[in-house]
Amino acid sequence: MPVLSAQGLCKSYGDVDAVRDVSFVVESGEIVGLLGPNGAGKTTTLNMVLGVLEPTSGSIAIEGMDLRKHRAQALARTNFAAVYAALPGNLTVYQNLRVFGLIYAVPNLKARIEESLAEADLIRFRNTKCGVLSSGEQTRVSLAKAMLNRPRLLLLDEPTASLDPAMARDIRRRIRAFAAAGTGGVLWTSHNMYEVEEVCDRVLFISKGRILLEGDPRKLPAAHGKKTLEELFIALARESLIPEPT
Amino acid sequence: MSAARILAVVLRQYYLIRGTFARFLPLFAWVAIDMLTWGFLSRYLDSVAGSPLNFVPRLLGAVLLWDFLVRVAQGVTTAFLEDVWSRNFLNFFATPLTVGEYLAGLMLTSIATSLVGLIVMLIMATTVFGLPFLALGAISLPYLLILFLSGISLGVFGAGLVLRLGPASEWFIWMIPATLGPFAAVFYPMSSLPGWMRAISYLVPPSYVFEGLRSVVGGGRLAWSPLLAGGALTAFYAALAIGFFRITYRRAIRTGLIARYSAESVS
Repeated sequence: MPVLSAQGLCKSYGDVDAVRDVSFVVESGEIVGLLGPNGAGKTTTLNMVLGVLEPTSGSIAIEGMDLRKHRAQALARTNFAAVYAALPGNLTVYQNLRVFGLIYAVPNLKARIEESLAEADLIRFRNTKCGVLSSGEQTRVSLAKAMLNRPRLLLLDEPTASLDPAMARDIRRRIRAFAAAGTGGVLWTSHNMYEVEEVCDRVLFISKGRILLEGDPRKLPAAHGKKTLEELFIALARESLIPEPT
Repeated sequence: MSAARILAVVLRQYYLIRGTFARFLPLFAWVAIDMLTWGFLSRYLDSVAGSPLNFVPRLLGAVLLWDFLVRVAQGVTTAFLEDVWSRNFLNFFATPLTVGEYLAGLMLTSIATSLVGLIVMLIMATTVFGLPFLALGAISLPYLLILFLSGISLGVFGAGLVLRLGPASEWFIWMIPATLGPFAAVFYPMSSLPGWMRAISYLVPPSYVFEGLRSVVGGGRLAWSPLLAGGALTAFYAALAIGFFRITYRRAIRTGLIARYSAESVS
Protein backbone atom coordinates (compact mmCIF):
# COMPACT_ATOMS: atom_id res chain seq x y z
CA MET A 1 0.00 0.00 0.00
CA PRO A 2 1.44 3.44 -0.92
CA VAL A 3 2.02 5.85 1.95
CA LEU A 4 0.32 8.54 -0.10
CA SER A 5 -2.27 8.16 -2.81
CA ALA A 6 -3.75 11.28 -4.41
CA GLN A 7 -6.47 10.63 -6.97
CA GLY A 8 -8.03 13.19 -9.31
CA LEU A 9 -7.15 16.18 -7.15
CA CYS A 10 -8.65 19.46 -8.30
CA LYS A 11 -8.66 22.85 -6.62
CA SER A 12 -10.44 25.85 -8.06
CA TYR A 13 -10.73 29.41 -6.80
CA GLY A 14 -13.73 30.75 -8.65
CA ASP A 15 -12.86 30.46 -12.34
CA VAL A 16 -9.18 29.80 -11.67
CA ASP A 17 -8.07 26.18 -11.62
CA ALA A 18 -5.00 25.96 -9.39
CA VAL A 19 -4.76 22.17 -9.57
CA ARG A 20 -6.39 20.04 -12.25
CA ASP A 21 -6.89 16.30 -12.03
CA VAL A 22 -3.60 15.50 -10.31
CA SER A 23 -3.04 11.84 -9.42
CA PHE A 24 0.10 10.25 -8.01
CA VAL A 25 1.36 7.91 -5.32
CA VAL A 26 4.34 7.89 -3.00
CA GLU A 27 5.61 4.50 -1.91
CA SER A 28 7.36 3.72 1.33
CA GLY A 29 11.12 4.27 1.02
CA GLU A 30 10.65 6.50 -2.00
CA ILE A 31 11.52 10.19 -2.43
CA VAL A 32 9.25 11.86 -4.96
CA GLY A 33 10.07 15.35 -6.21
CA LEU A 34 7.30 17.75 -7.12
CA LEU A 35 8.77 20.21 -9.62
CA GLY A 36 7.37 23.15 -11.47
CA PRO A 37 7.62 26.89 -12.00
CA ASN A 38 6.29 29.35 -9.44
CA GLY A 39 2.51 29.23 -9.27
CA ALA A 40 2.37 25.78 -10.89
CA GLY A 41 0.34 24.27 -8.07
CA LYS A 42 3.03 22.49 -6.02
CA THR A 43 2.29 24.16 -2.69
CA THR A 44 -1.45 23.95 -3.35
CA THR A 45 -1.04 20.20 -3.81
CA LEU A 46 1.07 19.92 -0.64
CA ASN A 47 -1.44 21.96 1.34
CA MET A 48 -4.22 19.61 0.25
CA VAL A 49 -2.16 16.61 1.39
CA LEU A 50 -1.52 18.40 4.71
CA GLY A 51 -5.25 18.85 5.23
CA VAL A 52 -5.08 22.65 5.40
CA LEU A 53 -6.73 23.12 2.01
CA GLU A 54 -9.86 21.28 0.95
CA PRO A 55 -9.76 19.89 -2.60
CA THR A 56 -12.63 20.92 -4.85
CA SER A 57 -12.73 17.28 -5.89
CA GLY A 58 -10.60 14.18 -5.70
CA SER A 59 -9.35 12.15 -2.78
CA ILE A 60 -6.24 11.76 -0.66
CA ALA A 61 -5.38 8.62 1.28
CA ILE A 62 -2.45 8.29 3.67
CA GLU A 63 -1.62 4.62 4.18
CA GLY A 64 -5.07 3.87 2.84
CA MET A 65 -6.74 6.21 5.30
CA ASP A 66 -9.03 8.77 3.69
CA LEU A 67 -7.91 12.25 4.74
CA ARG A 68 -11.37 13.76 4.56
CA LYS A 69 -13.01 11.08 6.70
CA HIS A 70 -10.18 10.34 9.13
CA ARG A 71 -8.26 13.60 9.23
CA ALA A 72 -6.61 13.27 12.65
CA GLN A 73 -5.63 9.61 12.21
CA ALA A 74 -4.28 10.23 8.70
CA LEU A 75 -2.29 13.34 9.66
CA ALA A 76 -0.82 11.53 12.68
CA ARG A 77 1.15 9.49 10.12
CA THR A 78 2.59 12.56 8.41
CA ASN A 79 4.78 15.50 9.25
CA PHE A 80 6.15 18.40 7.29
CA ALA A 81 8.70 21.17 7.01
CA ALA A 82 8.35 24.20 4.80
CA VAL A 83 10.55 27.20 4.31
CA TYR A 84 7.55 29.48 4.97
CA ALA A 85 6.37 27.68 8.11
CA ALA A 86 9.02 28.31 10.73
CA LEU A 87 8.22 27.05 14.20
CA PRO A 88 7.07 29.73 16.66
CA GLY A 89 10.08 31.92 17.35
CA ASN A 90 8.97 32.74 20.89
CA LEU A 91 9.48 29.17 22.14
CA THR A 92 12.81 27.44 22.61
CA VAL A 93 13.88 24.52 20.45
CA TYR A 94 13.10 22.05 23.24
CA GLN A 95 9.71 23.64 23.99
CA ASN A 96 8.67 23.53 20.34
CA LEU A 97 9.68 19.88 20.03
CA ARG A 98 7.79 19.02 23.22
CA VAL A 99 4.60 20.79 22.09
CA PHE A 100 4.62 19.12 18.67
CA GLY A 101 5.70 15.80 20.15
CA LEU A 102 2.55 15.85 22.29
CA ILE A 103 0.40 16.74 19.29
CA TYR A 104 1.83 13.79 17.33
CA ALA A 105 1.60 11.49 20.39
CA VAL A 106 5.28 10.57 20.14
CA PRO A 107 6.05 7.66 22.48
CA ASN A 108 8.86 8.17 25.02
CA LEU A 109 8.84 11.81 24.04
CA LYS A 110 11.62 12.98 26.33
CA ALA A 111 14.10 10.43 25.00
CA ARG A 112 12.97 11.00 21.42
CA ILE A 113 13.53 14.76 21.74
CA GLU A 114 17.07 14.16 23.02
CA GLU A 115 17.68 11.81 20.09
CA SER A 116 16.31 14.35 17.60
CA LEU A 117 18.41 17.18 19.07
CA ALA A 118 21.53 15.04 18.70
CA GLU A 119 20.64 13.90 15.15
CA ALA A 120 20.09 17.48 14.00
CA ASP A 121 23.14 18.82 15.87
CA LEU A 122 20.90 21.09 17.92
CA ILE A 123 21.94 20.18 21.45
CA ARG A 124 23.66 23.51 22.02
CA PHE A 125 20.50 25.34 20.90
CA ARG A 126 18.20 23.29 23.13
CA ASN A 127 17.19 26.27 25.31
CA THR A 128 17.51 28.93 22.62
CA LYS A 129 14.40 30.61 21.29
CA CYS A 130 13.82 29.59 17.69
CA GLY A 131 13.33 33.20 16.63
CA VAL A 132 16.97 34.10 17.27
CA LEU A 133 18.41 31.16 15.33
CA SER A 134 19.85 31.63 11.84
CA SER A 135 17.64 30.52 8.95
CA GLY A 136 19.75 27.40 8.53
CA GLU A 137 19.42 26.51 12.18
CA GLN A 138 15.68 27.15 12.03
CA THR A 139 15.44 24.79 9.07
CA ARG A 140 17.22 22.11 11.10
CA VAL A 141 14.74 22.62 13.94
CA SER A 142 11.84 22.35 11.47
CA LEU A 143 13.31 19.11 10.14
CA ALA A 144 13.84 17.77 13.65
CA LYS A 145 10.15 18.49 14.28
CA ALA A 146 9.21 16.91 10.95
CA MET A 147 10.99 13.67 11.82
CA LEU A 148 10.08 13.64 15.50
CA ASN A 149 7.17 11.23 15.09
CA ARG A 150 8.99 9.07 12.53
CA PRO A 151 6.27 9.86 9.97
CA ARG A 152 5.16 7.42 7.31
CA LEU A 153 4.85 10.39 4.96
CA LEU A 154 7.25 13.31 5.13
CA LEU A 155 6.26 16.44 3.22
CA LEU A 156 8.98 18.97 2.47
CA ASP A 157 8.38 22.27 0.70
CA GLU A 158 11.73 23.68 -0.45
CA PRO A 159 13.46 22.61 2.75
CA THR A 160 16.91 23.70 1.58
CA ALA A 161 15.88 27.02 0.02
CA SER A 162 17.68 29.24 2.53
CA LEU A 163 20.66 27.04 3.31
CA ASP A 164 24.32 27.24 2.40
CA PRO A 165 25.61 24.35 0.25
CA ALA A 166 27.20 22.48 3.16
CA MET A 167 24.10 22.60 5.27
CA ALA A 168 21.88 21.76 2.30
CA ARG A 169 24.01 18.68 1.64
CA ASP A 170 23.67 17.64 5.26
CA ILE A 171 19.88 18.00 5.09
CA ARG A 172 19.78 15.93 1.88
CA ARG A 173 21.85 13.26 3.56
CA ARG A 174 19.41 13.08 6.47
CA ILE A 175 16.39 12.86 4.21
CA ARG A 176 17.99 10.16 2.07
CA ALA A 177 18.77 8.22 5.26
CA PHE A 178 15.15 8.63 6.35
CA ALA A 179 13.88 7.17 3.06
CA ALA A 180 16.55 4.45 2.99
CA ALA A 181 15.34 3.21 6.37
CA GLY A 182 12.25 2.15 4.43
CA THR A 183 9.74 3.20 7.06
CA GLY A 184 8.38 6.21 5.23
CA GLY A 185 8.10 8.04 1.92
CA VAL A 186 8.94 11.64 1.09
CA LEU A 187 7.20 14.19 -1.11
CA TRP A 188 9.63 17.02 -1.80
CA THR A 189 9.40 20.29 -3.70
CA SER A 190 12.52 22.11 -4.81
CA HIS A 191 13.75 24.48 -7.48
CA ASN A 192 17.27 23.12 -7.20
CA MET A 193 17.57 20.60 -10.06
CA TYR A 194 20.98 19.39 -8.93
CA GLU A 195 19.46 18.52 -5.58
CA VAL A 196 16.43 16.86 -7.13
CA GLU A 197 18.61 14.72 -9.38
CA GLU A 198 20.73 13.70 -6.42
CA VAL A 199 17.94 12.93 -3.99
CA CYS A 200 14.70 11.99 -5.74
CA ASP A 201 13.82 8.51 -7.00
CA ARG A 202 11.06 9.92 -9.13
CA VAL A 203 9.87 13.40 -10.13
CA LEU A 204 6.54 14.85 -11.17
CA PHE A 205 6.69 17.94 -13.39
CA ILE A 206 3.68 20.06 -12.64
CA SER A 207 2.63 23.11 -14.57
CA LYS A 208 -0.59 25.11 -14.62
CA GLY A 209 -1.93 22.69 -12.05
CA ARG A 210 -1.35 19.59 -14.20
CA ILE A 211 1.26 16.85 -14.11
CA LEU A 212 3.09 17.06 -17.45
CA LEU A 213 5.86 14.52 -16.94
CA GLU A 214 6.77 11.81 -14.51
CA GLY A 215 9.85 9.64 -14.23
CA ASP A 216 13.41 9.07 -13.05
CA PRO A 217 15.15 12.47 -12.82
CA ARG A 218 18.37 10.91 -14.14
CA LYS A 219 16.71 9.50 -17.26
CA LEU A 220 14.04 12.10 -18.07
CA PRO A 221 16.34 14.73 -19.67
CA ALA A 222 17.77 12.33 -22.27
CA ALA A 223 14.35 10.88 -22.97
CA HIS A 224 13.19 14.39 -23.93
CA GLY A 225 16.28 15.48 -25.83
CA LYS A 226 17.78 17.63 -23.10
CA LYS A 227 21.19 17.48 -21.49
CA THR A 228 20.20 18.24 -17.93
CA LEU A 229 17.17 18.25 -15.71
CA GLU A 230 17.49 22.00 -15.46
CA GLU A 231 17.25 22.37 -19.23
CA LEU A 232 14.20 20.16 -19.25
CA PHE A 233 12.67 22.17 -16.42
CA ILE A 234 13.25 25.46 -18.25
CA ALA A 235 11.82 24.10 -21.46
CA LEU A 236 8.70 22.85 -19.72
CA ALA A 237 8.33 26.06 -17.73
CA ARG A 238 8.56 28.13 -20.95
CA GLU A 239 5.99 25.95 -22.65
CA SER A 240 3.74 26.42 -19.70
CA LEU A 241 3.92 30.19 -20.18
CA ILE A 242 2.31 29.86 -23.59
CA PRO A 243 -1.41 30.44 -23.13
CA GLU A 244 -3.57 27.41 -23.76
CA PRO A 245 -5.98 27.59 -26.70
CA THR A 246 -9.47 28.34 -25.50
CA MET B 1 -10.62 14.32 21.64
CA SER B 2 -7.03 13.73 22.65
CA ALA B 3 -6.03 14.97 26.10
CA ALA B 4 -2.37 15.07 25.00
CA ARG B 5 -3.14 17.37 22.07
CA ILE B 6 -5.22 19.68 24.29
CA LEU B 7 -2.35 19.68 26.77
CA ALA B 8 0.02 20.66 23.95
CA VAL B 9 -2.02 23.81 23.24
CA VAL B 10 -2.07 24.68 26.95
CA LEU B 11 1.62 23.88 27.37
CA ARG B 12 2.54 26.25 24.56
CA GLN B 13 0.67 29.06 26.34
CA TYR B 14 2.27 28.12 29.66
CA TYR B 15 5.74 28.31 28.11
CA LEU B 16 4.91 31.72 26.64
CA ILE B 17 3.59 33.16 29.90
CA ARG B 18 6.37 31.62 31.99
CA GLY B 19 9.05 32.86 29.66
CA THR B 20 8.09 36.52 29.41
CA PHE B 21 7.45 38.98 32.21
CA ALA B 22 5.46 41.11 29.74
CA ARG B 23 2.97 38.24 29.39
CA PHE B 24 2.89 37.35 33.09
CA LEU B 25 2.32 40.85 34.46
CA PRO B 26 -1.00 41.61 32.68
CA LEU B 27 -2.55 38.50 34.24
CA PHE B 28 -3.04 40.49 37.42
CA ALA B 29 -1.73 44.06 36.92
CA TRP B 30 -4.81 45.59 35.29
CA VAL B 31 -7.29 43.94 37.61
CA ALA B 32 -5.20 45.03 40.60
CA ILE B 33 -5.27 48.63 39.34
CA ASP B 34 -9.03 48.34 38.85
CA MET B 35 -9.45 47.07 42.40
CA LEU B 36 -7.49 50.01 43.77
CA THR B 37 -9.33 52.62 41.69
CA TRP B 38 -12.81 51.30 42.35
CA GLY B 39 -12.05 50.32 45.92
CA PHE B 40 -11.05 53.86 46.88
CA LEU B 41 -13.91 55.34 44.88
CA SER B 42 -16.37 53.06 46.71
CA ARG B 43 -14.90 54.08 50.07
CA TYR B 44 -15.10 57.74 49.16
CA LEU B 45 -18.73 57.45 48.06
CA ASP B 46 -19.54 55.61 51.28
CA SER B 47 -18.05 58.50 53.25
CA VAL B 48 -19.78 61.36 51.38
CA ALA B 49 -23.09 59.90 50.23
CA GLY B 50 -24.61 59.65 53.69
CA SER B 51 -26.69 56.78 52.40
CA PRO B 52 -27.33 53.41 54.01
CA LEU B 53 -26.32 51.93 50.67
CA ASN B 54 -22.94 50.22 50.90
CA PHE B 55 -20.97 51.09 47.78
CA VAL B 56 -18.20 48.54 48.29
CA PRO B 57 -20.22 45.47 47.29
CA ARG B 58 -22.29 47.41 44.76
CA LEU B 59 -19.41 49.05 42.91
CA LEU B 60 -16.25 47.16 43.79
CA GLY B 61 -18.03 43.79 43.76
CA ALA B 62 -19.57 44.60 40.38
CA VAL B 63 -16.20 45.65 38.94
CA LEU B 64 -14.60 42.48 40.29
CA LEU B 65 -17.16 40.25 38.56
CA TRP B 66 -17.14 42.23 35.33
CA ASP B 67 -13.33 42.15 35.25
CA PHE B 68 -13.51 38.38 35.75
CA LEU B 69 -15.71 38.05 32.65
CA VAL B 70 -13.40 40.30 30.64
CA ARG B 71 -10.32 38.34 31.78
CA VAL B 72 -11.94 35.06 30.71
CA ALA B 73 -12.74 36.49 27.27
CA GLN B 74 -9.26 37.92 26.90
CA GLY B 75 -7.75 34.66 28.11
CA VAL B 76 -9.20 32.95 25.04
CA THR B 77 -8.49 35.73 22.56
CA THR B 78 -4.95 36.44 23.76
CA ALA B 79 -4.05 32.75 23.54
CA PHE B 80 -5.53 32.68 20.03
CA LEU B 81 -3.69 35.85 19.04
CA GLU B 82 -0.39 34.30 20.10
CA ASP B 83 -0.88 31.87 17.19
CA VAL B 84 -1.83 34.74 14.87
CA TRP B 85 1.23 36.78 15.84
CA SER B 86 3.64 33.87 15.46
CA ARG B 87 1.93 32.65 12.25
CA ASN B 88 1.45 29.26 13.80
CA PHE B 89 -1.79 28.16 12.12
CA LEU B 90 -0.10 26.11 9.42
CA ASN B 91 2.14 24.39 11.98
CA PHE B 92 -0.83 23.55 14.21
CA PHE B 93 -3.54 22.68 11.73
CA ALA B 94 -1.39 20.53 9.44
CA THR B 95 -1.19 18.11 12.37
CA PRO B 96 -3.70 15.71 13.96
CA LEU B 97 -4.86 18.59 16.18
CA THR B 98 -8.61 19.10 15.69
CA VAL B 99 -10.39 22.43 15.94
CA GLY B 100 -12.29 21.12 18.99
CA GLU B 101 -9.04 20.25 20.74
CA TYR B 102 -7.58 23.61 19.83
CA LEU B 103 -10.57 25.46 21.28
CA ALA B 104 -10.51 23.27 24.39
CA GLY B 105 -6.84 24.19 24.85
CA LEU B 106 -7.64 27.91 24.54
CA MET B 107 -10.47 27.55 27.07
CA LEU B 108 -8.31 25.69 29.58
CA THR B 109 -5.66 28.35 29.19
CA SER B 110 -8.29 30.98 29.87
CA ILE B 111 -9.46 29.16 33.01
CA ALA B 112 -5.91 29.21 34.36
CA THR B 113 -5.14 32.83 33.46
CA SER B 114 -8.51 34.22 34.60
CA LEU B 115 -8.24 32.34 37.91
CA VAL B 116 -4.98 34.15 38.62
CA GLY B 117 -6.78 37.47 38.05
CA LEU B 118 -9.80 36.41 40.12
CA ILE B 119 -7.66 35.33 43.08
CA VAL B 120 -5.68 38.59 43.03
CA MET B 121 -8.92 40.61 42.84
CA LEU B 122 -10.52 38.64 45.69
CA ILE B 123 -7.48 39.03 47.92
CA MET B 124 -7.31 42.78 47.32
CA ALA B 125 -11.06 43.42 47.51
CA THR B 126 -11.60 41.41 50.68
CA THR B 127 -8.47 42.28 52.62
CA VAL B 128 -7.95 45.93 51.61
CA PHE B 129 -11.53 47.10 51.09
CA GLY B 130 -13.53 44.60 53.14
CA LEU B 131 -15.68 43.28 50.30
CA PRO B 132 -17.77 40.51 51.90
CA PHE B 133 -17.56 38.34 48.79
CA LEU B 134 -16.78 35.13 50.63
CA ALA B 135 -19.90 35.64 52.74
CA LEU B 136 -21.90 34.80 49.63
CA GLY B 137 -20.55 31.26 49.92
CA ALA B 138 -21.75 28.68 47.42
CA ILE B 139 -24.31 31.14 45.99
CA SER B 140 -21.50 32.84 44.11
CA LEU B 141 -20.59 29.71 42.17
CA PRO B 142 -23.51 29.59 39.68
CA TYR B 143 -23.10 33.32 39.11
CA LEU B 144 -19.38 32.90 38.46
CA LEU B 145 -20.15 29.99 36.13
CA ILE B 146 -22.50 32.14 34.04
CA LEU B 147 -19.90 34.91 33.85
CA PHE B 148 -17.22 32.37 32.96
CA LEU B 149 -19.30 30.87 30.14
CA SER B 150 -20.18 34.35 28.90
CA GLY B 151 -16.48 35.22 28.80
CA ILE B 152 -15.72 32.01 26.92
CA SER B 153 -18.47 32.80 24.40
CA LEU B 154 -17.16 36.32 23.83
CA GLY B 155 -13.58 35.06 23.56
CA VAL B 156 -14.36 32.30 21.07
CA PHE B 157 -16.58 34.64 19.05
CA GLY B 158 -13.79 37.24 19.00
CA ALA B 159 -11.25 34.62 17.88
CA GLY B 160 -13.64 33.54 15.12
CA LEU B 161 -13.97 37.15 13.99
CA VAL B 162 -10.19 37.58 13.74
CA LEU B 163 -9.92 34.29 11.86
CA ARG B 164 -12.63 35.48 9.47
CA LEU B 165 -11.64 39.13 9.06
CA GLY B 166 -7.87 38.90 9.52
CA PRO B 167 -5.34 40.13 12.08
CA ALA B 168 -6.14 43.74 11.23
CA SER B 169 -9.49 43.24 12.98
CA GLU B 170 -7.72 42.46 16.25
CA TRP B 171 -8.75 45.79 17.78
CA PHE B 172 -12.38 44.79 17.30
CA ILE B 173 -12.24 42.00 19.86
CA TRP B 174 -10.98 44.25 22.65
CA MET B 175 -14.11 46.38 22.44
CA ILE B 176 -16.68 43.57 22.42
CA PRO B 177 -16.98 43.30 26.23
CA ALA B 178 -17.04 47.10 26.59
CA THR B 179 -19.88 47.29 24.06
CA LEU B 180 -21.90 44.80 26.07
CA GLY B 181 -21.18 46.57 29.37
CA PRO B 182 -24.05 49.10 29.30
CA PHE B 183 -26.55 46.31 28.63
CA ALA B 184 -25.14 43.99 31.30
CA ALA B 185 -26.44 46.28 34.07
CA VAL B 186 -23.17 45.99 35.93
CA PHE B 187 -23.56 49.09 38.12
CA TYR B 188 -27.28 49.88 37.90
CA PRO B 189 -30.51 47.89 37.91
CA MET B 190 -32.09 47.01 34.60
CA SER B 191 -35.12 49.04 35.63
CA SER B 192 -33.07 52.20 35.23
CA LEU B 193 -32.55 51.49 31.52
CA PRO B 194 -34.85 52.79 28.78
CA GLY B 195 -37.20 50.19 27.31
CA TRP B 196 -35.14 49.34 24.21
CA MET B 197 -31.96 48.88 26.25
CA ARG B 198 -33.79 46.76 28.81
CA ALA B 199 -35.04 44.55 26.00
CA ILE B 200 -31.45 43.96 24.92
CA SER B 201 -30.38 43.41 28.53
CA TYR B 202 -32.71 40.42 28.73
CA LEU B 203 -30.60 38.85 25.98
CA VAL B 204 -27.31 39.50 27.81
CA PRO B 205 -26.63 36.71 30.36
CA PRO B 206 -24.42 38.79 32.72
CA SER B 207 -27.40 41.09 33.36
CA TYR B 208 -29.08 38.17 35.20
CA VAL B 209 -25.96 37.77 37.32
CA PHE B 210 -25.72 41.41 38.33
CA GLU B 211 -29.48 41.76 38.93
CA GLY B 212 -29.44 38.61 41.03
CA LEU B 213 -26.40 39.55 43.07
CA ARG B 214 -27.70 43.07 43.71
CA SER B 215 -30.84 41.49 45.12
CA VAL B 216 -28.87 39.07 47.31
CA VAL B 217 -26.57 41.83 48.59
CA GLY B 218 -29.64 43.95 49.33
CA GLY B 219 -30.93 41.18 51.59
CA GLY B 220 -33.17 39.40 49.08
CA ARG B 221 -33.27 35.66 48.41
CA LEU B 222 -31.55 33.90 45.58
CA ALA B 223 -34.00 33.83 42.65
CA TRP B 224 -33.51 30.60 40.75
CA SER B 225 -35.64 31.36 37.69
CA PRO B 226 -33.57 34.29 36.39
CA LEU B 227 -30.42 32.40 37.29
CA LEU B 228 -31.51 29.40 35.22
CA ALA B 229 -32.59 31.70 32.38
CA GLY B 230 -29.18 33.37 32.42
CA GLY B 231 -27.48 29.96 32.52
CA ALA B 232 -29.50 28.60 29.60
CA LEU B 233 -28.90 31.76 27.58
CA THR B 234 -25.15 31.70 28.14
CA ALA B 235 -24.95 27.98 27.28
CA PHE B 236 -26.80 28.80 24.05
CA TYR B 237 -24.36 31.62 23.23
CA ALA B 238 -21.38 29.39 24.02
CA ALA B 239 -22.70 26.81 21.54
CA LEU B 240 -23.29 29.57 18.97
CA ALA B 241 -19.77 30.97 19.41
CA ILE B 242 -18.17 27.54 19.04
CA GLY B 243 -20.35 26.89 15.99
CA PHE B 244 -19.28 30.24 14.50
CA PHE B 245 -15.60 29.45 15.04
CA ARG B 246 -16.00 25.98 13.51
CA ILE B 247 -17.79 27.37 10.44
CA THR B 248 -15.13 30.06 10.04
CA TYR B 249 -12.41 27.42 10.36
CA ARG B 250 -14.11 25.21 7.75
CA ARG B 251 -14.25 28.19 5.41
CA ALA B 252 -10.56 28.90 6.03
CA ILE B 253 -9.74 25.30 5.10
CA ARG B 254 -11.87 25.53 1.96
CA THR B 255 -10.27 28.77 0.81
CA GLY B 256 -6.75 27.91 1.93
CA LEU B 257 -6.67 30.84 4.34
CA ILE B 258 -5.24 28.73 7.17
CA ALA B 259 -2.13 28.03 5.11
CA ARG B 260 -1.44 31.65 4.22
CA TYR B 261 -2.94 33.57 7.11
CA SER B 262 -1.58 37.07 7.41
CA ALA B 263 -2.81 40.62 7.52
CA GLU B 264 -2.59 40.82 3.75
CA SER B 265 -4.32 37.52 3.01
CA VAL B 266 -7.77 38.35 4.32
CA SER B 267 -10.06 40.85 2.73
